[in-house]
Amino acid sequence: MSLYLDNNATTSLHPAVKEAIIEFLDSYGNPGSMHEAGRRVKDRLDSAREEIASFLGTTPTKIMFTSCASESNNTILKSLLLHDFGFKPHMITSAIEHPSIITTARYLEKNGVDVTYLPVTKDGIIEISALEKAITDRTVLVSIMHANNEIGTVQPIEEAAKLLTQKNIFFHSDMVQAPGKIIFNLDSMDIDAASFSAHKMHAPKGIGALYFKNSKAENFPFTPLIHGGHQENGLRAGTENTIGIIAWAAACRAIKADVQNEIDYIKNLRDSFENIIKESISDIVINGESAPRKPCTSNVSFKYVEGESILLRLDMEGIAVSTGSACSTGSLDPSHVIMALHNDPETAHGSIRFSFSRENSMEDVQATAAALKKTIDFLRSISPLTPKG
Amino acid sequence: MDKNQWAYSENVKKHFMNPQNILQIEEDKYPADGKGMVGSPACGDMMMVLIKVANNRISDFKWKTFGCASAIASTSALSELVLKDGGMTLEEAYKVTPEDIIRELGGLPSNKIHCSVLGDKALREAIDDYYNKNNQKNPSQESVSRVVCDCKNVTEEDIRMEVLEGVTDFEKMKEVTGASTVCGKCEQDVRDTMKKFVEQYYKDDIYNPGE
Repeated sequence: MSLYLDNNATTSLHPAVKEAIIEFLDSYGNPGSMHEAGRRVKDRLDSAREEIASFLGTTPTKIMFTSCASESNNTILKSLLLHDFGFKPHMITSAIEHPSIITTARYLEKNGVDVTYLPVTKDGIIEISALEKAITDRTVLVSIMHANNEIGTVQPIEEAAKLLTQKNIFFHSDMVQAPGKIIFNLDSMDIDAASFSAHKMHAPKGIGALYFKNSKAENFPFTPLIHGGHQENGLRAGTENTIGIIAWAAACRAIKADVQNEIDYIKNLRDSFENIIKESISDIVINGESAPRKPCTSNVSFKYVEGESILLRLDMEGIAVSTGSACSTGSLDPSHVIMALHNDPETAHGSIRFSFSRENSMEDVQATAAALKKTIDFLRSISPLTPKG
Repeated sequence: MDKNQWAYSENVKKHFMNPQNILQIEEDKYPADGKGMVGSPACGDMMMVLIKVANNRISDFKWKTFGCASAIASTSALSELVLKDGGMTLEEAYKVTPEDIIRELGGLPSNKIHCSVLGDKALREAIDDYYNKNNQKNPSQESVSRVVCDCKNVTEEDIRMEVLEGVTDFEKMKEVTGASTVCGKCEQDVRDTMKKFVEQYYKDDIYNPGE
């Protein structure tokens, strides 16, 4: 059995994407070259940019290609470093961001930027009132993610965007987990910048994008992370990842046709999975359950057992999941996201993320729930921790 | 590279998938001569060791572990090591080190060692408990320093050495030893242990390293 339930980490290639890659393989021209081989690829690139932009609800001039969403996030945050504001700049983010925001924010702190990390409720949502309270006259950037990668909770970024437009503060959102799972339209959201990645939506790794709206750009000191040639309007140098961009456009095309049905299909898998395990396994917490959530994500804490053990035993059964346990992070600290929700290491150590995709079936859900019950029963039978009282 | 390669050795995998000597009945139905319990759920690793003693040897060893694969595998491997050839003597068992367990397992990733190999400490605690219950003094006790912080495996001796190096401030102690930086449950113990040595070594003002 081979069951892949780690689609928030990365996804398989859509069949249409594979076809598009193979079709494009001989188009080796550099889109920056003036000759015919270059021009031909430039044309393909332009229409791919158009398709990707349209899928995200924006126009091609606002899409800058990068190598990954981590690069997109770094580009925005590190723009604060070299600019002389005439005061100590302040940024606001949340406690549950992806490491490419949190770690970069900590780096900024070491280099003269004040950072506020907004806490979240027990359901994993930031509060707009807390955001408003955190704003100072030195706040130059707010970066709040859309759907959380670990637990799937969807942050109120449209409300945040409205507030920040009023206050004229630049607003960036890490929206990596959203495309194809949540329907949105970038240009109508009042967001100034957003990060995306192709491999979360059945396209290859190594290609990402930064959406950058020009409206508030004059009060934001954008600095390229990579200097060099004139690619991407001089905002991001380096020869374009042409195959990656073509492949991403193919994924957008393939998913767009049926996106609402696909979302409903995946949500049904996720909800069925949660209903089965709530019946069959005691002492569990579904993290972020009562908040708005990305339809593919189920993050569950199993009391009295540890996440890495669950992950490895499921792996032996051919089921791929991920965990917020410290053992998986390479440090001694368990998931900062689950900690931000519950402030309880035990709940974080025993957390497992199941993330579904269009490739999964209801049989997969049943097989996973059965294997999971077996695993949890076994690990609890050898655990010295037991239900209290 | 083998496509099914694990982060762990084959021996870890074997013990993790098929752990040996687990306590399979209710704890109160198992008449143990000594019990040791170390770690905490907050650290992500916790283990309980129950031993029976006959003729100064460990005649039975049962355990339960909450933790990652290496924590489970290392307790299982320890149980086999201790029970081999009719069981270790209490003296031998008291001197089992994390290295002995890691050798049995055929190696562990380095980031796993200090947090998941707690079995030797649980075993020592069980042996101490056995001597206590029988109102005897453990002849081996002097030779091994008590662990204060389970998460970072910091012993009384480690704290004593740092105090002698001039560390008299709790925050500084955390920084240099790592004690109390993970789950924080040992904070009071670290403070008390440090205070004990500070009082012992710095009771006279002239030795005080000063403000």
